[in-house]
Amino acid sequence: MSSPILKLIAQRIALGILLLLAISVLIFAGTQILPGDVAQAILGQSATPESLANLRQQLGLNDPAYVRYFHWLGGVLTGDLGTAMSSGQDIATSIKGRLWNTLFLAFWAAIVAVPLAIILGLIAVRYRNGWLDKLISGLALASTSFPEFFVGYLLVYFFAVHWQIFPAISTVYDGMPFGERMQAIALPAAALTLVVLAHMMRMTRAAILNVMQSAYVETAELKGLSAFNVIRKHAFPNAIAPIINVVMLNLAYLIVGVVVVEVIFVYPGMGQYLVDHVTKRDVPVVQAVGLIFAAVYISLNIIADIAAIVANPRLRHPK
Amino acid sequence: MADTKAKSGVLLDIRNLRIEATVYPPGEAPKNIVLVHDVSLTLEKGKVLGLIGESGAGKSTIGLSSMGYGRGGVRITGGEVLLNGRDILKGGKEGFRKLRGREVCYVAQSAAAAFNPAHRLMDQVVEATLLHGTATRAEAEKRAVALFKKLSLPNPETIGERFPHQVSGGQLQRVMTAMALCSEPDLIVFDEPTTALDVTTQIDVLAAIKDAIRDTHVAALYITHDLAVVAQVSDEIMVLRHGRLVEWGGTRQIIKEPRQEYTNALVSVHEIEHAEQKPGTAPFLSVKNVTAAYGGGHVKVLKNVSVDIYPGQTLAVVGESGSGKSTLARAITGLLPPEQGTVTFDGRPLANRLADRPKEDLRQLQMIYQMADVAMNPRQTVGTIIGRPLEFYFGMRGRARDRRVAELLDEIEMGKGFIDRYPAELSGGQKQRVCIARSLAAKPKLIICDEVTSALDPLVANGILKLLLNLQEHEKVAYLFITHDLATVKSIADSIAVMYRGEVVRYGSKSKVLTPPFDAYTDLLLSSVPEMEIGWLEEAIKGRRMASAGN
Repeated sequence: MSSPILKLIAQRIALGILLLLAISVLIFAGTQILPGDVAQAILGQSATPESLANLRQQLGLNDPAYVRYFHWLGGVLTGDLGTAMSSGQDIATSIKGRLWNTLFLAFWAAIVAVPLAIILGLIAVRYRNGWLDKLISGLALASTSFPEFFVGYLLVYFFAVHWQIFPAISTVYDGMPFGERMQAIALPAAALTLVVLAHMMRMTRAAILNVMQSAYVETAELKGLSAFNVIRKHAFPNAIAPIINVVMLNLAYLIVGVVVVEVIFVYPGMGQYLVDHVTKRDVPVVQAVGLIFAAVYISLNIIADIAAIVANPRLRHPK
Repeated sequence: MADTKAKSGVLLDIRNLRIEATVYPPGEAPKNIVLVHDVSLTLEKGKVLGLIGESGAGKSTIGLSSMGYGRGGVRITGGEVLLNGRDILKGGKEGFRKLRGREVCYVAQSAAAAFNPAHRLMDQVVEATLLHGTATRAEAEKRAVALFKKLSLPNPETIGERFPHQVSGGQLQRVMTAMALCSEPDLIVFDEPTTALDVTTQIDVLAAIKDAIRDTHVAALYITHDLAVVAQVSDEIMVLRHGRLVEWGGTRQIIKEPRQEYTNALVSVHEIEHAEQKPGTAPFLSVKNVTAAYGGGHVKVLKNVSVDIYPGQTLAVVGESGSGKSTLARAITGLLPPEQGTVTFDGRPLANRLADRPKEDLRQLQMIYQMADVAMNPRQTVGTIIGRPLEFYFGMRGRARDRRVAELLDEIEMGKGFIDRYPAELSGGQKQRVCIARSLAAKPKLIICDEVTSALDPLVANGILKLLLNLQEHEKVAYLFITHDLATVKSIADSIAVMYRGEVVRYGSKSKVLTPPFDAYTDLLLSSVPEMEIGWLEEAIKGRRMASAGN
């Protein structure tokens, strides 16, 4: 690895950290604008002016906003996400298991969706404008166009109710055997796969078709390579940067956008946790989850940027 | 049957080849056009046949038909292509794949574009050999290194480790030739292999290709629009026009005793007589000690450049790509404000930055570009394009403007019928004429012509040069003529500035610059321009070696 590439990567990472800080300010400011404060929320109906004042004093709510922000940020950086108001539990501890569940689901959905999307994209290019291309594009588009809850309920109807292959409710618990766990997440993972497939597939197709016009593709054809090898060996490596970008966006969606799917399958992940606590107006939890989602989004995009840099031979092997 | 053919020595026998394509004109029904009309040719083993003609003559299409390949929906609809005695058109897709990269290989015009940027050179060079299983990887790589050596590439042992972007254009073209030779084919199709190179690089590549062809006894179809180049490498030359055969004969006969008028026009294309004008008393535009740089002063592309332009005369600026010719134009027009030095116009300094110059100064300096088709708005008609400077600089409207547009169209020999046409409906030469009319409309004192004929076919380019000379006589406009082509310079210049790495290395009147003794670079430049003489290449290379040894 050479120094210009390291410099570029360091720049991207520094930018990501800066962005994350800016987002933390936004999240904090957003929750401050909401009417009422934590003291009021905790005391609820039983609030008297005196008890409110006392509690505010206790929680440090009378400090200026920036002091409270840095207090909160300091906590986050040391792993203390605060305490949930509704349950009084430590947020970090309850999030840990949930985050693990969400990542587990996203991981398996990605393992299926990403290679499938890329292979379908390659096939679509190979038979471009033929019936197979149109069929792939059509099916992929249809699966994306359906709202995810509809796809979820269709899956439940056929696989859980009709054929009874997979459970309709994806309950998982600590210490659950791997096989059972996989069976439990089969349907939500399938729903997620169907939702993100088309986007990645179509981007793969478009990115590769774009480089199919290049002179080096003609060179490969004139060497006698078969059509599929031309695409795989010569077109795909040069189309990789835009594909990685879309893949990462979709991976981020698998983690932060699963709310609806988790609710449908009653899967104990981050999404459900967030929805539960939004309805309870549990501000510290919403803040913590928002920050984690932002961090996931930003890190995946940084990875996409870095991968695109590393995939570029001009940057990897400078003159 | 293959054996009898082999004995007779015929490698490629194309009979009555007919090639068609479907075009989709906007707003009309798709229609079939014939690109190649019943062309026949034969090529013996180890011989080189040059295919020559303007763009659209069908030379590449015919060359690629020997591999059964049609670019962008082009179809072979008639005739036979016999290679090693069998009709390859009957072999189907599988048959084509077996022959491509094994019996016939291809060398493209721009190796820089034809190499895959994602793979190392060696992997690409041996790819076809391995694919067809004619050698193991170790054998193929050994063969490749030997070819790199033969083509006098630097570091033949390690150059294969590099990626295409790490190697210069001239070297890539040689690596591509090595790639074609690596699978030991019977025939190589060279498709304008030196056209994209600088003239000083072209001569090396040409010599390398010629040596390689001689030593490997491979046969070749050599496609080019440059008769002087093809005369150096071919045994026979075939002249094509509009997809039809014009003339076919031995190289000497074609260039010395052409039988057809069209061939004669190609042979004598560069002979415009232009008497040099003596510089007037005072230049109207002076560039004094200009230094300019890109990237915030980091990359100096012009170093202390001084030139003068006299009213109604032409200053030609010549040099290789990267010598700073176009940057000089950008500095004069204010697009790239110089870091040091001044540009004086009519005795007063011009503002450095384009934005600080009054409209009157802008009017006096106009530009014409190499790519006429991207220099015009595709959604505007010729009338609007030429009329725009009339409105902008002179406030002309309505009938007065239309009258002037018609006059300008007359001046560029294009008639009123073109007023309502769009750029897409014009040929390359016509587009460049419209650009000339647009710059003339501003009645400038100076027109900067940046490689205006480089993208055009020789005969069309000749027409543009003649037009520019006529216009200069009538309108008394001066030209700053940027080009890499020394033949063009001889036809049009009154004075010449030779640029090399951002500096003017030789400057003066045309006769002075082109008269010996030369400095080393001008000598190299002049001796690299191909001449239409058999054996020129060998002489030039020999002369150059002596010169470089003498230096």
